[in-house]
Formats: sequence, structure tokens, C-alpha cells
Amino acid sequence: MKALRILSRSIRDSFKSVGRNFSLSIAAITCSTITLILVAISIILTYNVQEITLSLERELTVVAYVKKDSEDANIRTIKKELDQIPEIDKYVFKSKEEWKAEMKNESETLNTTLDYLEENPLLDSFIITVKNVNDLKGVTEKVRSYEFISSAEYGEGMVENLVGAFDIISKGTMVIVIALILVTAFLISNTIKLTIFSRKNEIEIMRLVGTSNTAIRLPFIFEGFILGILGSIIPILVTIYGYIILYDKLGGHIISNIITLVQPFNFIFFVALILLGVGCIVGMFGSYRAVRKYLKI
Amino acid sequence: MKLIQVSNCYKVYKNGTTALADLNVTIDKGEFVFVIGSTGSGKSTFIKTLYREEKPTKGSVIVGGINVAKLRNSKVYKLRRKIGVVFQDFKLLPKLTVYENIAFALESLGMESKAIRPQVLKAIEKVGLKEKARNFPNQLSGGEQQRVAIARAIVNNPKLLICDEPTGNLDPDTSKEIMKILENINQELGTTIIMATHDKDIVNRMKKRVLVIENGVLAGDYLKGSYKAHESIKNS
Repeated sequence: MKALRILSRSIRDSFKSVGRNFSLSIAAITCSTITLILVAISIILTYNVQEITLSLERELTVVAYVKKDSEDANIRTIKKELDQIPEIDKYVFKSKEEWKAEMKNESETLNTTLDYLEENPLLDSFIITVKNVNDLKGVTEKVRSYEFISSAEYGEGMVENLVGAFDIISKGTMVIVIALILVTAFLISNTIKLTIFSRKNEIEIMRLVGTSNTAIRLPFIFEGFILGILGSIIPILVTIYGYIILYDKLGGHIISNIITLVQPFNFIFFVALILLGVGCIVGMFGSYRAVRKYLKI
Repeated sequence: MKLIQVSNCYKVYKNGTTALADLNVTIDKGEFVFVIGSTGSGKSTFIKTLYREEKPTKGSVIVGGINVAKLRNSKVYKLRRKIGVVFQDFKLLPKLTVYENIAFALESLGMESKAIRPQVLKAIEKVGLKEKARNFPNQLSGGEQQRVAIARAIVNNPKLLICDEPTGNLDPDTSKEIMKILENINQELGTTIIMATHDKDIVNRMKKRVLVIENGVLAGDYLKGSYKAHESIKNS
């Protein structure tokens, strides 16, 4: 009962003091608004970059050519062997006729050349997709060793560079997001510290009359929570409307159709939730840290 | 019955200053005691250790059964609830009215709102500020502000009231008023009062027990009325 009274008074007092210390509250809210907008932008960027790299990685395949004049039985053997490699996500058999048709479509010169040849010079092949892009090399080597396979390619060199670059980009953006969240935490908690500094008399008097440390902290922690919520309103609106408008304007793609943006729905709500969470937690933590300083002798 | 027992108390500050050296004092329940001493004598440190604003380096300070020297920071509030403290600079919250300033002390202890009102009104009446309950501190004179601070200190019926130069900022007439209130509290409520002061007139007139602290040690302990202004006390 007593704890409940202390709790309800803390909540009441926290609302009161947000209003009473209006200019400092505004400072804290503005500060969190600006930093949270930066956080939102970087989360959206990171998430999109990661989605793009994942989708590009999915496009990477191994092409294994079957030896010339292989019989159907041989191809079945290869299929069985491929079924046994756990790293393979899926594979598609592409016959030499399909290749021929595709190449004839591609250019006029190829068309006439292929028509001129009596026999189809191309090879039957398997197009293999792996589950993890790092397994490309291993799978290629394994497939190469098969009896009825003449060669297997995955774009050596280029693929490694590409995967390496993706890795750096996604790790780099993650670092930026984490750094930004830390900077936000620091900025917001410092601003709250300023607001509490101006009220250290209040804390001193509370201590003097025998208020427990928890009861002193509570209203300040609630205040931090309220400031966190108020500070995340604008960033959340900016994120939701900004991303929807951006997505519509770009038609969901950047540069070409290969690079697609993350669908706005659910994703932006997820980002909004993160912003709200970061705002509240940082606000509460900032207050906690700031008050602690005045609770020591 | 003993309320305060200070034994072999030492206080050495981080910068090496020794403020208290082997101090031994006993104060009984219901006493009214003056603590005097020149600036830097350790008088303030002594007062501060009683409400655990300072922690003794060595020795024990027992206040109302609590050993202050061993009290953890997070448990200080348990001691403070038994003690009222009044300062030279009043320490009132400027944005709260007289009533709110006093009620604030009880509210933060988690007391029921119904129980708070009569207790606050009683304390306000005790210091004679019934008419000014709705005023803000800046609408009051220095003496009135100090009376609010006293009301706040006694609202929870503490066993001990510590006053750190409560008349330091007040003119002689107002000081007299404040002393009358304190004496009244001591006699009617039986509250033990310890008051640090520079004002030798008050000390001479009130004829109470006087503790003289010099260089961190107890230089004199004069029983009721046996003290006459000492050379060592410089008038403030």
C-alpha cells in the first residue's frame, strides 16, 4: 500500500516536473528527437543494405557442365550425387537445347552461327544455388570431381571480392548504428543530467527528510521515461511517413530492378518500436545515472 | 537515557585535514545542547556526523540506537526519519508553498494523504505560521522561512532535532523568536535539540548545556548554566 502510494506520487510528480522545468524538458526532448532521427535513418539504411546484399548473394550460382555425349543415366547419377550435398539449396538442370535457344535469342550473330553448325556444340548443365555464399567454392570443387562433370564455375575472384565487400558494408553499417545509439544515450543522458543538476537542492532535501533512495529516484526515472516518449514521437512520424513516401517515389527500387527496398509495412513499425524503446530506455537510464551522482556522500 | 553516544570518533578528510580527533560525547534524551567552537574547529563536522552527512573515519557514533559509522549509504534514510535537521540557509523548495514544503517531507515517506494534513497543520501551528500556509518561501521573511524549516523538521515527530546555525542569517530579535520556538519544542514535545551556533548572546541567555569543540576535540563540557562566554568563541 505504502509502495503503491510512493509509486503513484512519483508518477504524478514526474508529470508535474516535466511541466515545471519546461525549458529544460524541451531541451531534452529536442536533443532526443534529433539523435533518434539519425538513429532511424541509420537503421533503415543498414536494414536495406543487408537485404540488398542478401538478395544479391542469392543470385550467385555454380554452373556445372556435364561431359559431352553423356547419357541420361549419367545425368541421373549426377542428380543423385547433388542430392547428397547438404550445402546445396537447390539445383536446376538446363539442357544444351535450352542453352541454344537462350543464346539464339540473345544476338543475331549467335543465331546464325548456331544455325550454321549442324551439331549443338553446347553442353548440358546444372545451375546450383547454395545455402550459404561462403560454401560456393567448396561445392564447386566437389562437383568438379564428379566423373561425368567436365567443368564447374562460380565466378572465382569476382565472387570473393563481392562477398568480402558485402561483409564489410554490413558490418560497417552495424557499427555505425551501434555507435549512434551510444551517442544518443550519451547526449540524452547528459541533457537529463543538466535538468537534474538544477534540482539537486530538491534531492538534497528529500534525502534530508528521510526519503529512501528508491523513492527519490522513481520520479526522476519516470520523468526520463516521459521525456523519452515525447522525444521519440517526431522521429517515429518522420520514419513512418518518410519511408512510405520514399518507397512510393522510388517504386520500391533503387538504380535497377535488382536492388529492391524493404517493404514499408511491418518494417517501419518495427523501426518505430526500436525508436520508442531506445528513447524510453535511454531516458530512464540517463535519469538513473544522473540522480545516482547526488545520492552519494 | 542516552540518545547519542560518540566514542573515540575520528574524522580525517581525504585531503589529510583532521576534523575530529578522539571525540567522546554522550547526550541524553530530552536535552538541549549548544555546540560552539570557532570556524574550522570541527564543530560542523561533528554535527554532520550525527545525521550521517559525513561518515566518521574511526570510532562509533550511535544515534537513537543506530551506529552511524557503519550505516550504509542506501540505509541513511532510516536514520534521517528519526531526525529533523534545520540549516542556516533554510533549504526550502521555492516552487512549493509553506504547506507543501512541510507536507513534502511526509509525502516522500509514503504516508497516507489523510494522515498528512492534520500532522502538517499541527506543525505549522507549532511554529506560528497558520496565516501563511499558502504563501511561497519568497513571500516570507528570513525568520518565517526558518520557522517553515523547523516545522518541516519536526513534522514527523523526530526524537532529535539538529540545528546547524539556525540563527546565522537572522537579526537578534528574530533569533530570539526562533530560540523561543526551539525551547518550546524541547519542553513540550520532549525533542532532544542539538544546536551549533556562533551567537554567544544566545548561549549565555539560554543557560543550557554547552559543548565546546576546539581542534577536533572536546575542549569543554559545561552543564546547564555553568558556561559563560569563552574567549575562544569569536562573535560572528
